Amino acid sequence: MSSSPYHPHTVAPRVTRISHVVENLPPSGIRAFFDLVMSMDDVISLGVGEPDFVTPWRIREASIFAIEKGYTSYTSNRGMPELLREISSWLARSYDLHYNPSQHIIITVGVSEALDLAMRAIINPGDEVIVPEPAYVSYAPTVALAGGIPVSLPTWHVPGFKITPDALDQRISSRTRAVVINYPANPTGTSYSRAELEALAAVIRKHDLLLLSDEVYDQLSYDAPHIPIATLPGMYDRTLYFNGFSKAYAMTGYRLGFACGPEPIISAMIKIHQYTMLCAPIISQMAAIEALRNATPDVREMVAEYNRRRRFIVHALNLAGLPCHLPEGAFYAFPSIAPTGMDGVTFATRLLQEERVAVVPGTAFGPGGSSFIRIAYAASFDNLREAARRITRFVARHAPHAVSPSTALAS
Amino acid sequence: MDELLQILSRDARIPIPDLAAMTGRSEDDVRAAIAEYERRGTILRYRAVLNPEHIDAANGKVRAWIEVNVTPQRGLGFDAIAERIYRFPEVKSCYLLSGGYDLLLMVECDSLHQVGAFVAEKLATQENVTRTATHFLLKIYKQDDDIFHGGDSSERLPVSP
Ligand SMILES: Cc1ncc(COP(=O)(O)O)c(C=O)c1O
Repeated sequence: MSSSPYHPHTVAPRVTRISHVVENLPPSGIRAFFDLVMSMDDVISLGVGEPDFVTPWRIREASIFAIEKGYTSYTSNRGMPELLREISSWLARSYDLHYNPSQHIIITVGVSEALDLAMRAIINPGDEVIVPEPAYVSYAPTVALAGGIPVSLPTWHVPGFKITPDALDQRISSRTRAVVINYPANPTGTSYSRAELEALAAVIRKHDLLLLSDEVYDQLSYDAPHIPIATLPGMYDRTLYFNGFSKAYAMTGYRLGFACGPEPIISAMIKIHQYTMLCAPIISQMAAIEALRNATPDVREMVAEYNRRRRFIVHALNLAGLPCHLPEGAFYAFPSIAPTGMDGVTFATRLLQEERVAVVPGTAFGPGGSSFIRIAYAASFDNLREAARRITRFVARHAPHAVSPSTALAS
Repeated sequence: MDELLQILSRDARIPIPDLAAMTGRSEDDVRAAIAEYERRGTILRYRAVLNPEHIDAANGKVRAWIEVNVTPQRGLGFDAIAERIYRFPEVKSCYLLSGGYDLLLMVECDSLHQVGAFVAEKLATQENVTRTATHFLLKIYKQDDDIFHGGDSSERLPVSP
């Protein structure tokens, strides 16, 4: 990989106080769109990448109690021993996945910080990290900020946006250090069966690579139980497992996540964390203990609700003439808008202006995403139904031939 | 519980096509299932949930919970006396509970005076009733999952990664 938007050979002619890496980070596609949405009233937003539920009360109540009791100090760098033990035992009982709380786990400020620490801990300048696309927006920038080169592995035209072993194999070079995988995925909701994971694991093992597996949506799996890839033969020692509390427990504002993996890498991450973050907030850690111990019924209820919305919105999008595969997990649908002849940015902008529905253009998740949009169905059912009506009307107006005949009959 | 019942128990007005999409079933299947639930009496009725604060204030209604201690009757237990009590139309709910008393009633009347009259004339005078304790409703905080005061206010950013 000789040229990359992240590390261009030519130095920008302009005099600037900003580092070249940061100067050359592409602007977030989400940010630009955010500004446009903020300028309008009465918008139904399906652009939100976080739960619409408030954190379950028992968890909020535990954080209030923590404050009342005076838990307002630093914790150990790695995280509170009690929470480390809860995470360890939760992984053991959920997945038969075993990490030693005092060796293999670090508690971080969200999965976001854990990803950043991991990239900085493993990358030497010029190392390549393979990032499948469409991808969550942070992977490529954190690789670049750590001095690495993100190598994209496009899956735009693969059914279900799945990484295939052959495609992965072809992107691996002598400079490849690690591969990122995220399932259930943001923005597609795609997940993997055991057989599919086995096939990808074989490629990782063959090339002796490290796998960074972001499984923050694990509990939002609707059709089949989630399988952590670290539980597959030969993968435990070469997988960094990431998870957090933002999605399943609706705790985005608590900023709490964790990473598990081989002791040397976790120790290296703690080294960075102790100088740059010190520790994750103690109040959030206290809340997370309650989440792991007692909030499973709350999670189950939220997941049942997401599942109904998932089926509803995917059905509605397909009827509206926007082909959309049924996502296995997370809370996103990722339909193609190709039948309208518009690109994603045009579609999203006009949908916003004409129908006041906000969705995120697919290009926010990689340059190949121009014929897709991301719809987050973490929204109330009433809003979802109204948004579906408006999207259907919008497509019918701009691409009458695209709409499925059964919709025309039904309405 | 069937997912269909879970959904309907919270919102009975969702149209059949939407119910079908939400549950991944066919419209005919959903229609047939609902008809069967109605036939069997699993679904008793559909009604609007009214805000009691609006209704009671406008109508001057008074609500009270009444604990009732009862001497059970040989061969009949509590059923016969419970029936005598719950047949009064001002009794909106009637439960047999374990603990320090036997029946718990919720009664609704037009005035405090009427509640008092109901207890004094109809309830306490029943042969097997040994004690009553009446508690008047002052304020509803939460009822059947609906929160009446406060609740959550949360503003999410309209677009986020
Ligand atoms: C795939 C994925 N990973 C990580 C994150 C960040 O999560 P956290 O809130 O734990 O930092 C998100 C949030 O949108 C995400 O979608």
